[in-house]
Amino acid sequence: MGKIIMTVDDSASVRQMVGFTLRDAGYEVIEASDGRDALAKLNGKTVQMVITDLNMPNLDGIGLIRSLRGSAAYKFIPIIMLTTESQADKKQEGKAAGATGWIVKPFKPDQLLSVVRKVLG
Amino acid sequence: MDKHQAAFKEEAYELLGELETALMALEENPKDDELIGRVFRAMHTIKGSGAMFGFDAIAAFTHDVETVFDLVRNGRVAVSRELIDLTLLARDHIHRLLDGREDDGNQEAEAAQIVARFRQFLPGAKNGDPGQDGPEAQAAVPFTGSGTSPPENGGSGTYRIRFRPAPGIFATGNNPVRILDELRELGPCRIVAHTDAVPSLDEIDPESCYTYWDILLTSAKGLNAVQDVFIFVDDAVELEIEPIDAEDNWDKKIGEIMVERGDVAPEDLARVLSERKRIGEQLIDKGLVLPGKVEAALAEQEHVREIHKERQIAEAAASIRVAASRLDVLVDLVGELVTVQSRLTQTASRLHDPGLLLVAEEVERLTEELRDNTMSIRMLPIGSTFSKFKRLVRDLSAELGKEVVFLTEGAETELDKNVIEKLNDPLVHLIRNCIDHGIERPEARTAAGKRAQGVVRLTAEHSGASVLIRVEDDGSGLDAEAIRAKALEKRLISPETALAEKDLFNLIFAPGFSTAKTVTNISGRGVGMDVVKRSIDALRGTIEIASQRGVRTTITLKLPLTMAIIDGLLVRIGQGYFILPLATVEECVELTLTDIREAHGRDLANVRGELVPYIPLRQRFGIGGTPPVIQQIVTTRVDGNRIGLVVDQVIGQHQAVIKPLGQFYQGVEEVSGATILGDGTLALILDIPKIVQRSEEEGK
Repeated sequence: MGKIIMTVDDSASVRQMVGFTLRDAGYEVIEASDGRDALAKLNGKTVQMVITDLNMPNLDGIGLIRSLRGSAAYKFIPIIMLTTESQADKKQEGKAAGATGWIVKPFKPDQLLSVVRKVLG
Repeated sequence: MDKHQAAFKEEAYELLGELETALMALEENPKDDELIGRVFRAMHTIKGSGAMFGFDAIAAFTHDVETVFDLVRNGRVAVSRELIDLTLLARDHIHRLLDGREDDGNQEAEAAQIVARFRQFLPGAKNGDPGQDGPEAQAAVPFTGSGTSPPENGGSGTYRIRFRPAPGIFATGNNPVRILDELRELGPCRIVAHTDAVPSLDEIDPESCYTYWDILLTSAKGLNAVQDVFIFVDDAVELEIEPIDAEDNWDKKIGEIMVERGDVAPEDLARVLSERKRIGEQLIDKGLVLPGKVEAALAEQEHVREIHKERQIAEAAASIRVAASRLDVLVDLVGELVTVQSRLTQTASRLHDPGLLLVAEEVERLTEELRDNTMSIRMLPIGSTFSKFKRLVRDLSAELGKEVVFLTEGAETELDKNVIEKLNDPLVHLIRNCIDHGIERPEARTAAGKRAQGVVRLTAEHSGASVLIRVEDDGSGLDAEAIRAKALEKRLISPETALAEKDLFNLIFAPGFSTAKTVTNISGRGVGMDVVKRSIDALRGTIEIASQRGVRTTITLKLPLTMAIIDGLLVRIGQGYFILPLATVEECVELTLTDIREAHGRDLANVRGELVPYIPLRQRFGIGGTPPVIQQIVTTRVDGNRIGLVVDQVIGQHQAVIKPLGQFYQGVEEVSGATILGDGTLALILDIPKIVQRSEEEGK
């Protein structure tokens, strides 16, 4: 009964690192390259958690969070955003949109896992 | 290797021993929470300290074991035989890592395998790839998180937390229950939920959170770690984390706590107090406070008291770790003191000065007390070795396909540390013999009308100045005929020798003797009982066998309590003084010239009708001069035979502090040590069995 986590990032290398770390820890991972891609791939499918970048083409992280929170299926799932130090206001914006928490870039695989465990239980 | 690392290693070895004991016990009582806690703590400390002192491989490896036992502790994973087997393997691996042995290439693979198997116990990891960098990545989490966290023990703090999340907390994907769970992981925790803010059913919004919590947490992880738990809910309506001092607060009255928490005004409390009812009830009755608040305060009171109690218990059991070498020095010094004291006593009695005599007596009393105390410091309960054998029995019986219960008695019996250490190998051998040769296979046992499960019993008890250690099995017993046949084959006895059963049994201590039909890789190679016998001899102990065919075999070791002091008989030959260990001495009889004449040149004395051979020590040691007209024979019992030792004079009983002889005299077998007498002269301590043995060899 592996938990499914969606990771959304326009940088292929970040996606790869996040995906690798999570799969290694026993999670199932769905990768998406931006907000729109994410919504298309989700389409009502059950996931236990979303990890999303904020700055992305087509649909950014904030937009993705808002539209996920607007849908019954994803209203209460943990959503973690990947931010950088300089994006303090973005962080606030994300929280207001309904993000559960954040991870500051750059981060190490173990930091990622500790946050995932924290919110996913 | 710096000293911190050395200290860690020492601690870790000890923890591993403790771990093994706990695991063995856990196997018998899989539901014992305390044992589970012990296993967890051992792992936890090894991991935590390991990382601190740079044993990253150990920390990483231990992490998963610890995690699994954390689950066990929380009742989420059950203790199984498989888990215990696996944990024992893990323990052995950690041991190897500590030893720092060269990796032979298999170690890493084995470690990965162990870790992978542990992961099977973790929920949500069933389909996980054990992974190459898995353990390192995981183990690092706790140490990167909150920077410098205070050390495990003594550094724990108690925190009073009130957490009232924003009503919309669910909409952010956060879950208060998970946060509370996370707090529980930090340490012992009491949580009281307040539901007074929950509205009536028609007003309730099911997607909002109305509940709030009071939490009392004691954690060693530090304030940062506690704050980190709430990092994603910093928009909570109310979040207060306040460190409180459990030491100062342990006997606080409930009212005081509530005032401190700001739930009740001090003047209200004072007013209510005057009415003399249970304070919590009174406050509720008056409508000054909600029942939940009282409950929370009560919980705090209880929690803090518990913490205080635990600390007190920990303090009571406090002990100091001292290097064994320092104790040896102390024992040496006390030995010197005993010597000087007896010189003082002698001098005082020679001078007939009443004042000096008084002081000398007092010094004598104090010295004796000091000596006894010092000796007792070196005493350790033998139980520490017993638990090691549990593992041995378990592994061996599994390997040989036998069912064996291992029972121990008298684990609290105290024995000199040095003796205990030297006892380990002989006991291992005896227990191996019990399982390998003594206990029969389950089928054979059932056929013989016994229970399929054999019993090996290890007991220890005090008996005077000795300790008796018995190793007993209810197996097939010794086969006297087989032993006789074997002894004949090995030419240890001649066909016409008639031997009592007991003497026959003693033959198994002869070098190279083994009656086992097949050689297993455990015992039966013919090196064994003779080595055991030699080790026990070296401890100045004796060994005895009793056996009943088909019923049991009992091997009894009799050991002196300590190796530093010996009760001896002080004798004189010419100008030389000697000590004969009192344990082997039986009686003293006179040897007159007439006796010698009547023996017709043979060294035999008639002791109340029994002919006893004797060894004239004067000749044996090449001491010149003429012996007195009446000499003394001190009869001793060696290997069940009476043998006399002839000396000039028996002076009396003497408690001798044993001093080793210098390296120069290492080759002198007949003397086991020396002691200094009250007047400063030296007395040699004789090794009677050796003297007898050498005389016999020379006689042949």
